[in-house]
Amino acid sequence: MHQKTLVELAAGLRQGEFSSVELTRACLERVGRLDEQLNCFITVTGEQALAQAQAADARLQSGEAGPLTGIPFAHKDIFCTHGVKTSCGSKMLDSFIAPYDATVTQQLNMAGAVMIGKTNMDEFAMGSSNETSYYGPVNNPWDVQRVPGGSSGGSAAAVAARLVPASTGTDTGGSIRQPAALCGVTGLKPTYGRVSRYGMIAFASSLDQGGPFTRTAADAAIMLGAMAGFDVRDSTSVDRPVDDYRAGLDHSLEGLKIGLPQEFLGAGLDSGVADAVTAALAEYEKLGATLVDISLPNAALAVPTYYVVAPAECSSNLSRMDGVRFGYRASDPQDLEDLYTRSRGEGFGPEVKRRIMIGTYVLSAGYYDAYYLKAQQARRLIREDFLKAFETVDVIMGPTTPTPAFRLGEKADDPVTMYLSDIYTIAVNLAGLPGMSIPAGLSDGLPVGLQVIGDYFAEARLLNVAHRFQQVTDWHEQTPPGYE
Amino acid sequence: MALDSSDVEKIAYLARLGIDPADIPDYARNLSDILAFVEQLNAVDTTGVEPLAHPLEATQRLRPDAVTETVDRENFQQHAPQTEAGLYLVPRVVE
Repeated sequence: MHQKTLVELAAGLRQGEFSSVELTRACLERVGRLDEQLNCFITVTGEQALAQAQAADARLQSGEAGPLTGIPFAHKDIFCTHGVKTSCGSKMLDSFIAPYDATVTQQLNMAGAVMIGKTNMDEFAMGSSNETSYYGPVNNPWDVQRVPGGSSGGSAAAVAARLVPASTGTDTGGSIRQPAALCGVTGLKPTYGRVSRYGMIAFASSLDQGGPFTRTAADAAIMLGAMAGFDVRDSTSVDRPVDDYRAGLDHSLEGLKIGLPQEFLGAGLDSGVADAVTAALAEYEKLGATLVDISLPNAALAVPTYYVVAPAECSSNLSRMDGVRFGYRASDPQDLEDLYTRSRGEGFGPEVKRRIMIGTYVLSAGYYDAYYLKAQQARRLIREDFLKAFETVDVIMGPTTPTPAFRLGEKADDPVTMYLSDIYTIAVNLAGLPGMSIPAGLSDGLPVGLQVIGDYFAEARLLNVAHRFQQVTDWHEQTPPGYE
Repeated sequence: MALDSSDVEKIAYLARLGIDPADIPDYARNLSDILAFVEQLNAVDTTGVEPLAHPLEATQRLRPDAVTETVDRENFQQHAPQTEAGLYLVPRVVE
């Protein structure tokens, strides 16, 4: 059953081949047996999941079921879940039981999806390897000595290891696409404003965006359909109808113009990754697409721009973690100052502290113009490159990451080297565009991701482009050895 | 810009962030590396470029000034570190 896609499971539920309770039990059994070596889950919500599954079975019986009704999924521990611990991978929120549901949680509940647990992640989504989690790293199912990517590492690894057919993630600088690439699954970061940020614990508010992990693009279309939508409770949510993401999956790619940014295909790119991407592009040509060389001249500015903008926003967002209203409080505070300082000092890990300090510094008096304002100007230049490219091409493609999964500990001591693992994904967040990563090959037995970037609100087009590729390739069906 | 230990202490104080004195040299090195990295931006001519705050250039949406929900204090305070009579308790501020 664990090898079935979400689409196949939904059909099985409808035809009465198995019930949601049976399916949920099977997922929980697999999590119980296999997660010890992976550490994908911070919390498993078995009892609640079985109750949701029972309700889903009743809905299926009454004929009121949607495509997600009764489907188990894993939820990144950044989304608030009423009555369930929501840690964001931090000691700071280790005791935090969310008093309300995130909009995404609510929407998946309404669709009848069954949450089987909350997944491990880099602390406050700050990391590219899942090594900054208070709950320990997640191991990549393709090689447990390697990282799954981050920050949504638990969600990506859980889908790769066939523990669940789908999961949720968030992507601020690549945190859906990069782990999707390193774990060999399909991940989609929607246009900024497409999925509500309400109840999704904020890291960098002008960049954060939630989205799904699945094995296939067709499955991602179903998940995104449930997650997307306007929300009055998110001030940057976009008031625009949600497309029917499944309707256009089979459209022909005849005449599709694919832009290849030369900046993404040069120095620093692993040869195994380059070979897989080249082969994937050849498949697209066979499907009728045309390849067009393009240039994103300001692409090299993306990572430095991001490491001003994101820390600045994080230092502001994380000021709410002060030991007063919720979360961790240091014992025996001498005075209010000591309460703030020690609660934050003991509650946050080193990477979060580094980013808060960078953010505090770049926003401080005398430095604001030199760093923050400059970065916001560079951000516009990065965005204009994309707008110009989309005047001539339909989608942009390239590698999702410069290398396949790296070893645990390999980059942990050098923040700047770690930051560069997001070199191809970050520009997309700064521009607010939608992007996907789909499995496109193996390099020395490790998955390689192909990144597909679209124009604003072109999620349906991205899913169509990914789906057609998955109909003529089987990279998305490859299963990590030992998890077949 | 290279930061020294006293810069790190000052920034940590501004952020109300307790850090172990033994870790200060490491932070000074890491933060200096990050700042040196982002200073690549200085090479770019951004004269006359309007800063971009929102990727879709959206402006703040307004809503009618109407009561839509009430604060569920008991629910929210359930998981607070220390409360009393509906108030959050902190160490004495005024003697």
